[in-house]
Amino acid sequence: MRRILIALALLAVLGLGLFWAATRPRPIDPDLIAGLVPDVAHGEQVFWAAGCAGCHADVDAKGGEKLILRGGQRFPSPFGTFLAPNISNDQTAGIGAWSALDLANAMLRGVSPEGAHYYPVFPYGTYSRARPQDIVDLRAFLATLPSDPTPSQPHEVGFPFNIRLGLGLWKLLYLRDGWVVSGDLTAKEDQGRYLVEALGHCGECHTPRDALGGPDLTRWLAGGPVPGGTGRFPNITPGKLDWSEADIAEYLKSGFTPDYDSAGGHMALVVENTANLSDDDRAAMAAYLKKVAPQP
Amino acid sequence: MKRILLGAAVGTALFAGMSFADDANPYEMQIEARQGIMAYRALQMGVLGPMVKGEAEYNAEAAQKAANALLAASTLDASMLWPKGSDSDAIEESDALPAIWAEGSDIGAKGKAMVEAATALQAAAGGGLDSLKAAFGPVGGACGDCHKAYREPR
Repeated sequence: MRRILIALALLAVLGLGLFWAATRPRPIDPDLIAGLVPDVAHGEQVFWAAGCAGCHADVDAKGGEKLILRGGQRFPSPFGTFLAPNISNDQTAGIGAWSALDLANAMLRGVSPEGAHYYPVFPYGTYSRARPQDIVDLRAFLATLPSDPTPSQPHEVGFPFNIRLGLGLWKLLYLRDGWVVSGDLTAKEDQGRYLVEALGHCGECHTPRDALGGPDLTRWLAGGPVPGGTGRFPNITPGKLDWSEADIAEYLKSGFTPDYDSAGGHMALVVENTANLSDDDRAAMAAYLKKVAPQP
Repeated sequence: MKRILLGAAVGTALFAGMSFADDANPYEMQIEARQGIMAYRALQMGVLGPMVKGEAEYNAEAAQKAANALLAASTLDASMLWPKGSDSDAIEESDALPAIWAEGSDIGAKGKAMVEAATALQAAAGGGLDSLKAAFGPVGGACGDCHKAYREPR
């Protein structure tokens, strides 16, 4: 009997050990960014392309207020409500004390400087494809932005989703290297793919999610229900979105559809970001969207 | 047998009643009317937008006409078109978020911003392309600000 108990205890320890090994946070190899020289001006382009202000600035921020990244916007989901943290340049309330390596771990691996998992509401499932140079550039640009002392608010997430170790399993299931759209792409389409799949995180809303909140890549950009709300994020594959490339680029610039309806909801925030990109970048995103597999 | 038939009849009636209740939209006219006003405004923007973008040649008369119509549509008394309970949670056809009617709603201020932008556009549209361009942007901004806060994704 005693032997059985000991064996069970050993098995439990082994199981916990395996669970920890499988789910522990995995920071990047610091060599990945070592020696990269930051380009602040390009960092600003990365900032708008990655859409940081869309979630981390106030929802009704205008002009220069878009650069005050004090957090506070609420994101309801089936797992609880997430609150965007302060990522302003404040040394304590924000991320002013972060190194480029800290930002790279956050964006590429969803790991905090303290070594904890972030919730995937922070779209590292997208940013994991970002170029290390872009992250170093972004870090330098963020350091030029204002500080704000507003403390970050805790997420309103209940058991079991408040156990962050479980996010390690989520990452095992859903963090993927490589592109969703593969095959032969022109240079323009390739540029668009990087902007959409690595920075723009269009797929975070426009790709439907499964029961565990992971993206269903077989339905890439095919739209789906709004989590924790009503309505649907639209299908933006060529199976549904029949706008011309020029129409799509114009929408990302001004928010006007070809019929002169205007973007609403969170998409209006997205357009406030993409409006700051170059015409060339918006045209590339439009060209890429035409290469996505059509979905009904 | 009679009882079964009666049961089936009652069941059918109940089912019919239920499906009727599901389809019922007590504010169909109001929702159609406000969506119609939105479409009317979009049509006017569709005259002005191509001129602003350089896709169509500037035409002072056409621009003025569209700006007049836009202002008229923005100053209609539409208060009776927005009854409580005609939101997107309550009615399938509605894209109007419940936040419009919720405490702290600034829908009135958003509407006022639209009227101000449309008033400025009406004064500017016939005065040359540069004048039109300068006044067009704020109107788009007023559309977007209200949609951002109060329209359901679609």
